Amino acid sequence: MTMASAYSPIDPNHIGHNNLDLDIASDDAPGHGEGGPASKQIIVSYGFWIFLLSDIVMFSAFFAAFQVLAGYSGEAAPSYDLNDVAIETGCLLISSFLCGVAALCASKRWLVRTELFLLLTGILGAIFLALEVREFIGLIANHQGPTDGAYYSGFFALVGCHGLHVTVGLLWLGTMMAQLITKGFRQDILRRLACFSLFWHALDIVWVAIFSLVYLMRFAP
Amino acid sequence: MFGRLTWNAIPWSEPIPLVAAGMVGLALAAVIGWVFLKGYVPYLWREWITSVDHKRIGVMYCLLALVMLLRGFSDAAMMRSQQALAFHGPGYLPPDHYDQIFSAHGTIMIFFVAMPFMVGLMNFVVPLQLGVRDVAFPTLNSVSFWLTAAGALLINVSLVVGEFARTGWLPYPPLSELRYSPGVGVDYYLWSLQIAGVGTLLSGVNLVTTILKMRAPGMSYTRMPVFCWTALASNLLIVAAFPILTATTAMLTLDRYLGFHFFTNELGGNAMMFVNLIWAWGHPEVYILILPAFGVFSEVIATFSGKPLFGYRSMVVATMAICVLSFMVWLHHFFTMGAGADVNGFFGIMTMIIAIPTGVKVYNWLFTMYGGKVRFSAPMLWSIGFMVTFVIGGMTGVLMAVPPADFLLHNSLFLVAHFHNVIIGGVLFGAFAGYNYWFPKAFGFRLDDAWGRRAFWLWFCGFYMAFMPLYVLGMLGMTRRLQHFDRPEWYPWVLVAAGGAGLITLGIGAQIIQIVVSIRNRALLRDLTGDPWDGRTLEWATASPPPAFNFAVLPNVKGEEPYWGMKQKARQLAHLLTAEPSYSAILVPRNTATGVVTAFFAVFLGFAMIWRIYWLAGLGFIGIYAAFVAFAWRDRSEQEISADEVQELDRQNRLIRSSVLAEGVQS
Repeated sequence: MTMASAYSPIDPNHIGHNNLDLDIASDDAPGHGEGGPASKQIIVSYGFWIFLLSDIVMFSAFFAAFQVLAGYSGEAAPSYDLNDVAIETGCLLISSFLCGVAALCASKRWLVRTELFLLLTGILGAIFLALEVREFIGLIANHQGPTDGAYYSGFFALVGCHGLHVTVGLLWLGTMMAQLITKGFRQDILRRLACFSLFWHALDIVWVAIFSLVYLMRFAP
Repeated sequence: MFGRLTWNAIPWSEPIPLVAAGMVGLALAAVIGWVFLKGYVPYLWREWITSVDHKRIGVMYCLLALVMLLRGFSDAAMMRSQQALAFHGPGYLPPDHYDQIFSAHGTIMIFFVAMPFMVGLMNFVVPLQLGVRDVAFPTLNSVSFWLTAAGALLINVSLVVGEFARTGWLPYPPLSELRYSPGVGVDYYLWSLQIAGVGTLLSGVNLVTTILKMRAPGMSYTRMPVFCWTALASNLLIVAAFPILTATTAMLTLDRYLGFHFFTNELGGNAMMFVNLIWAWGHPEVYILILPAFGVFSEVIATFSGKPLFGYRSMVVATMAICVLSFMVWLHHFFTMGAGADVNGFFGIMTMIIAIPTGVKVYNWLFTMYGGKVRFSAPMLWSIGFMVTFVIGGMTGVLMAVPPADFLLHNSLFLVAHFHNVIIGGVLFGAFAGYNYWFPKAFGFRLDDAWGRRAFWLWFCGFYMAFMPLYVLGMLGMTRRLQHFDRPEWYPWVLVAAGGAGLITLGIGAQIIQIVVSIRNRALLRDLTGDPWDGRTLEWATASPPPAFNFAVLPNVKGEEPYWGMKQKARQLAHLLTAEPSYSAILVPRNTATGVVTAFFAVFLGFAMIWRIYWLAGLGFIGIYAAFVAFAWRDRSEQEISADEVQELDRQNRLIRSSVLAEGVQS
């Protein structure tokens, strides 16, 4: 709904003189202090940020569990191939960059290029997932699967939780691409696209933490 | 095909759950049949089930809480009567069933009574108090509610199909691991909580965004009503704490379904990690529940004392201090883990520190009443009852925060008495105060005050009779969750406690009578002014029940207690402050079935996972995804209420207010 409709005729540029009663002259912009409700675009992105923060809290619980279990079980670290992990990391970082490019194209309303970069984002995400699944299969075959010890349980749950997020992201991405084709650059679709970008970048941040704290910490003295 | 589900899942040999479930089923069938015969289905579907109006959703949350309160209370009554009968004898509930009852009682009371009640009140009140038209994400709000209802449904299904957990309301491993709880009881717990938990988390995100980004012009942070502040603190805690619950239940689920070793006894699993994680959620959770109740009391006490809240800013600071501190005390739930004197000492001191901001609040409420013209209506009685009761509960809490004392009292009935003391005396009394206080806003007529006061006194006395003996029993060494006992010195106290449960039963009866009487006499109790209590905050500035758009024109806030300020000024000038504004059309979000359809499939998903019917779980997931896609593909998300209609509705409201004002000036 448009909150702005009640007072925007008086204050089209949202400079704060938002009511007929001018005895309170507030300089606050909408969404801040006394400026009245924020615009829908801000509300949606802001709310999604809050959600992402909660998601990061969930990851932190898995991180904590991993550290507790890895520290106490005395098992050998999972024998993954660090080259693969490097490629995975590269895929995800580049895909995040391309997602940003797609967002720029969307702001220019270039449909074909937006779709193209979203597709590339998705392909790199899929390669990341495929590599991760291969790594998991290798570990399970090597008797380092989640049922073989608490260390591996923590590892699989943490990395798998991230992988699950990437999977859901891909599902979302595909849906978004189809929606862009059928609906075009509608305001609500642009807002969703912004949320998807936030989501995809947040997964990158989590991956950087996983890469450092899970994969690289093995080499710490 | 059907996983572990067979006909034997229905407990044919246990008459109590079967009869209970049969009665509930009959009642439900009767209600549904009546609704169908009367032709109310389209109305319910259009106006309630698919509604995305925060007021309707808030009311449905509270209704869910009240219904589940009956279920949770019948569990409580069974436990009290079992213990009263099980002195030197088996009682009437076999241990297996008794264990399910105390587990279900705790789970239901926290997740499906206290939570929905508080979330419901916040949903209903916060946008009105902020002077805006809805929450930030109306459809998401509907999804949240229906997911909570889906969790509640699953937990009730466990009564007839299969069993519920026998592990207590927090399923500590290794008992809750597959080896020691091979049945589906713990799975029911995990999936119903996971589904309802997602709903709660989304509702937290929604309300945080609403409070931080959507306030009427002029409503700066330091002008927000205290209820909005406590709602903000509570929802920040939801956003920060519920993901930990999600992760922890997911870990236990992985242990049980896929053979992981998070909390198992073998291969490096760590059961105490579960206890740490679950309380890292669980302690903030109790503040998630109590903070909105503090907010309700602040509103009620200021209104019914006819004075502004004493120490508004200290109240805000105290609220936010509790919000932060609540994350630093979780270990006091298991001092006996053996973390050492330094760790226990730290958490003991942090726990005691929480008493300071809470004490600030109690004094603020007292000073608000001091010198005021106090009206002792039902909401105020609940508030005063709260102040007396909660102080006792708080002091026993500080007592148990002393680690050496806690080693003696841990897992005893003293603990049970303590947390009932604060949850009933704090959260539930707050919920009832809010229910009596905002009911006229929601429905346009007041609740019968005489029956409200009777209900209060029965509950109040019943509470003391039921739980004070438990303190004594805890001191006498009686541990919690005993199915039978043979110590003669405990027996009289157990009988007194059972009597208290009887008094509370009468209190619930009085509440049922109250609502029946009020509906019957609604013409007499009608609130035409929209301001039945001479209120101070913006929700009383609009009609009762408020129109779909809440405010025809967003109010312009010029201070704390904006509506009181408007009224004072209008009384001085003897006319309404503002000339009739120029009305414009208002866009409100369109109804959508997304919430109820999502929850429908979530029930299937949960049920299928509980019974390991994986194809059905897959279908459930596809259904949820399809519901979201269908929602994403719709073209019109809003509908317009024309300027004429807004004008007509607002003129009525202004007319009544002007006439009330005129009467006020004459007298």
